Amino acid sequence: MRTMFNRKTVLNGIGLLFFLLLPPFTQIFGHEYLLSLFSRILIYGLAAASLDLILGYGGMVSLGHAVFMGIGGYSVGILAFHSYESSALLSWPVVLGGTENALLAWPFAVLTAGLFGLITGAICLRTKGMHFIMITLAFAQMAYYFFVSLGKFGGSDGLSLNGRNSLPGLDLGSDVSFYYLCLAILVIFLVVAHRLVRSHFGRVISACRENEQRVQVLGFASYRYKLACYSFSAAAAGLAGALLTNQSEFISPGLMHWTKSGELMVMVLLGGMGTLTGPVLGAATLLLMEDVLAMYTEHWMIILGPFLIIVVLFAKRGLYGILVGSKDNHD
Amino acid sequence: MLLFIEQLLNGLQLGVMLFLMSAGLTLVFGIMQVINLAHGSFYMIGAFVAATVAVRSGSFLLGMAVALPVAAAVGMIVEFTILRRLYDRDHLDQVLATFGLIFFFNELTRIIWGRQPLFMDVPPWLGGAVELLPGVHYPVYRLAIILVGTFVALFLYLLFSRTRLGMQIRAGASNREMVAALGVNIRLLYTLVFGLGTMLAALAGIMAGPILAVEVGMGESILILTFVVIVIGGIGSVRGALVGALLVGMVDTLGRVYLPDLLSVLFSSATADTLGASLSSMSVYILMAIVLTCKPAGLFPAQN
Repeated sequence: MRTMFNRKTVLNGIGLLFFLLLPPFTQIFGHEYLLSLFSRILIYGLAAASLDLILGYGGMVSLGHAVFMGIGGYSVGILAFHSYESSALLSWPVVLGGTENALLAWPFAVLTAGLFGLITGAICLRTKGMHFIMITLAFAQMAYYFFVSLGKFGGSDGLSLNGRNSLPGLDLGSDVSFYYLCLAILVIFLVVAHRLVRSHFGRVISACRENEQRVQVLGFASYRYKLACYSFSAAAAGLAGALLTNQSEFISPGLMHWTKSGELMVMVLLGGMGTLTGPVLGAATLLLMEDVLAMYTEHWMIILGPFLIIVVLFAKRGLYGILVGSKDNHD
Repeated sequence: MLLFIEQLLNGLQLGVMLFLMSAGLTLVFGIMQVINLAHGSFYMIGAFVAATVAVRSGSFLLGMAVALPVAAAVGMIVEFTILRRLYDRDHLDQVLATFGLIFFFNELTRIIWGRQPLFMDVPPWLGGAVELLPGVHYPVYRLAIILVGTFVALFLYLLFSRTRLGMQIRAGASNREMVAALGVNIRLLYTLVFGLGTMLAALAGIMAGPILAVEVGMGESILILTFVVIVIGGIGSVRGALVGALLVGMVDTLGRVYLPDLLSVLFSSATADTLGASLSSMSVYILMAIVLTCKPAGLFPAQN
């Protein structure tokens, strides 16, 4: 067991070192465009790792996780929109204006996404199995069509930002500092989530995946545990959405389309379910594959599709599982 | 009132299309316990093949006669090579593998037919409109869709309740091992059921061809509605799929027409328009959330 732990630590260390050293290298070799690609990898990694919390640990197969990214993104986008127009976001019961300050906008994005997760989760978690998949999908579609019909904020064309949010002491407009901020947020999330799944709370969540009835018999209110986990995961995805909107300075309903949720799921499975760092690796693999394959052929999806099927059929434990090489890749 | 009757018929027609899609999918769900996201791809394949043959030969029926077996064959190949391996896996694997199939089929269609949508004409012998009631003119083609759907529903009912094959399928759904032990080739049976489901999806695609544009991605938009239908009706129940499909078809069609008007009683016309547009596109999902909140297993849960 000890050696396995070491191998995992070494892998994570190499990964972290790689991400830390990437910006200087891209600047030396003049591949600055890689920086924006890798910023997106970090952000999608955050979203995929948050999905892994409910998918890999909680066994809640959600096909609507991208909606939380969308809600986080629109929170930032709408606040910025009202800030340019200097109009009020809310005029009753209290007057609230827009803002471009990251210290206000990002927590707001996290809160709205978490709250949406809490409300929809309360309904979704009443169901199980196939029904759970379908109802998470339905809520995501509802939100998708809601934002498509919001003509004021661009409808299906989406909403462009005039620039990134401002953060005191850090220039978010600079790609390098934005990249490092994303990296820091991702690492903090992974550490928190890692502690969470090893805590009492995390054990109950994992136990619910294995046998929820037994958990209930032991006296735990499994529903509440799962709901808390679901909203926490939603909130983290909301943060990822806020970051992504800042990175691309654009948000559209396309971000919460169900195929995006499918892609997040693919990232989790590709990297390795129930490993937290695996999904980050999965996000990197999927986005890099898209980028590289798109260079050779516009029909890259014809390769990606069968690749995905092969991974599902033959490499169930994902890339991270293969690299770590142990049977027990939970925690 | 005349408009209302016309909208009712439109709702019925959408419901019938959804029924064709969901009958096949709910069979696969209910009998093999497998989630198939690629069901929409078979709808798309049916439409593309039929459109190509119909344009080249000038005969809609020939297009249909070619497209149905082609789609069924593609479906059975997919079942034989990929889905068969997923029956014992959990839903997550099924979702992901069939998600990969969507990528594959969409791109393959793009390579073969290009990015431009195809257009299919309504066959001349089904063109024009017929006067149902004094003042109510309705396109013959849409009536034909309703008729085809009714025949399919009847056919499925007879197949399942009156034939030996139907009995074996029902038995296979409730206890796979026992049926296999009694000497029924359950694997072949599953492949056949899958082929039947694919053919129904392709039929829906062919019928939709002259009304909608035949384009890549057409499968996904109807797929999600199909899921809504199945979940409302109760997974695995063909009767539930019928009720769910008609319900969703009506709510969606009538919602789009009447919600903005209804809301304009309460709000100013601009607000009512925006709110009506968003509410009506969300209406079926709201319906599904309500049904699942009250009856988590759907309206007609399959017994087992």
